[in-house]
Amino acid sequence: MGIEVKHLSKGFGSFVALRDVGFTVNTGELVALLGPSGSGKTTLLRIIAGLEYPDAGTVLFDGEDATERSARDRNVGFVFQHYALFRHMTVFENVAFGLRVRPRATRPTDAEITRRVTDLLKLVQLDYLGARYPWQLSGGQRQRVALARALAVEPRVLLLDEPFGALDAKVRQELRRWLRRLHAEIHLTSVFVTHDQEEALELANRVVVMNEGRIEQDGSPDDVVERPATPFVVNFLGNVNIFHGRVQNGQALLGPLAIDYPEHPDMEPREAVGYARPHELEIARTEDGAGLWATVTDVRPTGALVKIEVVDEDGRPIQIELGREQFEQIRAVSGERIYVKLRRVRVFTH
Amino acid sequence: MSAEAGLIVAEPIAATTSIAPSAHGRRLTEPAAVRWTLTLVSLAFLALSLGVPLTAVFVEAFANGVAAYSEAIREPDAFDALKLTLLAASIAVPANLLFGVCASWAIAKFEFPGKQLLTTLIDLPFAISPVISGVVFVLLFGRQGYLGPWIAEHDIKIIFAVPGIVLATIFVSFPFVAREIIPLMQASGTDEEEAARVLGASGLNIFFRVTLPNIKWGVVYGVVLCTARAIGEFGAVAVVSGHIRGLTNTLPLHVEILYNEYKFQAAFAVASLLTFIALVTLVLKTIAERRTHHH
Repeated sequence: MGIEVKHLSKGFGSFVALRDVGFTVNTGELVALLGPSGSGKTTLLRIIAGLEYPDAGTVLFDGEDATERSARDRNVGFVFQHYALFRHMTVFENVAFGLRVRPRATRPTDAEITRRVTDLLKLVQLDYLGARYPWQLSGGQRQRVALARALAVEPRVLLLDEPFGALDAKVRQELRRWLRRLHAEIHLTSVFVTHDQEEALELANRVVVMNEGRIEQDGSPDDVVERPATPFVVNFLGNVNIFHGRVQNGQALLGPLAIDYPEHPDMEPREAVGYARPHELEIARTEDGAGLWATVTDVRPTGALVKIEVVDEDGRPIQIELGREQFEQIRAVSGERIYVKLRRVRVFTH
Repeated sequence: MSAEAGLIVAEPIAATTSIAPSAHGRRLTEPAAVRWTLTLVSLAFLALSLGVPLTAVFVEAFANGVAAYSEAIREPDAFDALKLTLLAASIAVPANLLFGVCASWAIAKFEFPGKQLLTTLIDLPFAISPVISGVVFVLLFGRQGYLGPWIAEHDIKIIFAVPGIVLATIFVSFPFVAREIIPLMQASGTDEEEAARVLGASGLNIFFRVTLPNIKWGVVYGVVLCTARAIGEFGAVAVVSGHIRGLTNTLPLHVEILYNEYKFQAAFAVASLLTFIALVTLVLKTIAERRTHHH
C-alpha cells in the first residue's frame, strides 16, 4: 500500500513536533525516517499509525483520506520501541491477539489461528518458544515476537519505531540483516524510525532525514550521503571537517582555501561554510590542486584505514582518513608539514 | 541464532550485577547483638500493643462459655446488625470498585485539566476525620440540612436510615481501590493498550484483555482493604445512624451499645466477629500483595 502525507503539523503544548511535513511512501518500499531525538520522526510515524492525530494536514492510504480513521481500522502493523508485548500472555497468545479480537464474522477458527500463529513464529524463528512469557525472552527474541504479532493481522503497511534501539550491537546487526531478508521476501510497505544513520543507510531504499519537525532531505541512501541537501544532513551523516568563510566573485574563500564557486558570481560577499568528509581529503608533499598546508599532529592506523589529524596554520584541527595503501605511498609522520588536498568540498551559503 | 547470541552477551552482565548488591549488603549489616535487640524490641512492642488486645477479645468473648458466646452472636439485634453491615459493604464496595477503576483509568492514561485536583480529592476521606464526614451528611440531608425540606417533601429518608449508612460507608472507603491501582496503571503506561488498538481491539476488548489482567491483583488488594474499612467503619456511621436497634445498627455500633449496657461478654462476642473478618482480610491482603509484586 502507498502512503502519502501532506502538510502535517503537530504540536504538544508549546513544543512543535512537526511543521508542514509531506512525503510519500510507494508500495513495497522500505523507508527510513532518520533524525536526532526530538526531530519529530516518531510523532510522524504515530500519526501514520493513527495513534496520534495531526493538528493540520492529511494522511492518505492508497489515495484515500485516512486522517480521521482510528488506529483500529487502519490495518497497520506497528512495532513499538520497547516491544509493548502483553506481559500476561504467552508468546503464542501475543501473536494470536490481533486475530482473536476480530469481530466474530471475520474471526478465523481456532485451528486456523493456531496454524497462522505457528507459521509466523516459524518465520521469525521462534516456533519453539510459543509457550514462554515475554519476561523469559531476550531482547532480540522479544523484538521478533513483536514483529510476528504485528504481521499476524496481515497489515497493509508495517511501521517500526526505533526497532533495534534497545538491543546490543551484535544482536542489532543480525536483526537488521534478518529484517532486510524478510522485506525482500514479503515486500510489505514499511517505514521505520531511527536515529542511527548506519541503520538507515544499510536497510532502507529511501531515507527521509528530519530535523526540528521538518524534512531536511528525502532521497536514496546514496543521495543523502553523496548529495546532501542541507548542512544539517552533512553534519548528521558522519564526521565532517568544517571550513568557514564567504563566497564572492565566483569563488568560495574558506580560510586558506580558495575554490571555484560559479553559483555566486556577484561582487557582494556572502557567508558560506564548506564541508569535507575525512575520506575526501588526501595528503601530498607538494602543492597540488585545491588545498592547504598543515602540520601532522597524530597518525593512527585503524585496520584498513589510517586516521590522520593535522592542524592548519591557524591551529584548527582537520581529520583525514586514508586507505592503508594510499598512506604507505606518503608515510607522513607527526610534526611533518604536508599539503592537504581537498578532492571535494560542499559549500552552503547562508 | 540471534537468540543464543543475546543470551551469551547477557550472562556476564547478570553476573556482575548479582555480585554488587551482596557485597553492598554485607557492609550494611550490623553486629548480631544490635540485630537481636532491634528484633526483640519490635516483637515485644507488637505482642503488648496488638497481641494482648487481640487475645483479650477472644478470651472475653468466651468468658462465659461457648453457649453464651453463640447466644450473643445469634441474638436478633446482633444478627440484624451483621446483615446491615454486610448490606452496606455490598453496596459500597462495588460502587467504589467501579469508581476506582474509572478514576484510575482517567488519571493514569489521559491528560486533562483538573487531573491533579481529582487525585487530591480521592485522598480526601483519608485526610478528614470520619466523624466530620458523618456530620457533613447530616448537614446536607438532615431535617435542618440544606436538602432537608426537599427530602422531607419527597418522603425520602436518608439520615437515621439505611441510605445514610450506605452513603457514609461509601465515603470513608472510596480511596482504597483507586489508590491501589493508580500507581499500577501509571507504571504499566499506555504501550500495551496502544499495541492492542493498532491490532484492531475495541475499547472493551482492550480493557478486559490487556488492562485488567495487568492490574487484577491490585484490584483484589484494593477491594479487600475497601471491604475491611466498610465493615469496620464506626465514626461516620455513628453520626448518621441514630442507633435504632434492628434497623440502623451496624456491627461496630452494636458492640458499642452492648458495651455501654455493661454486657461485656456479649460485646466481646460480637467484636470477635469483626476481629475474625479482619484476620481473614489480612490473609487475603497478603496473598493479593504477593501476586501484585510477582507480576
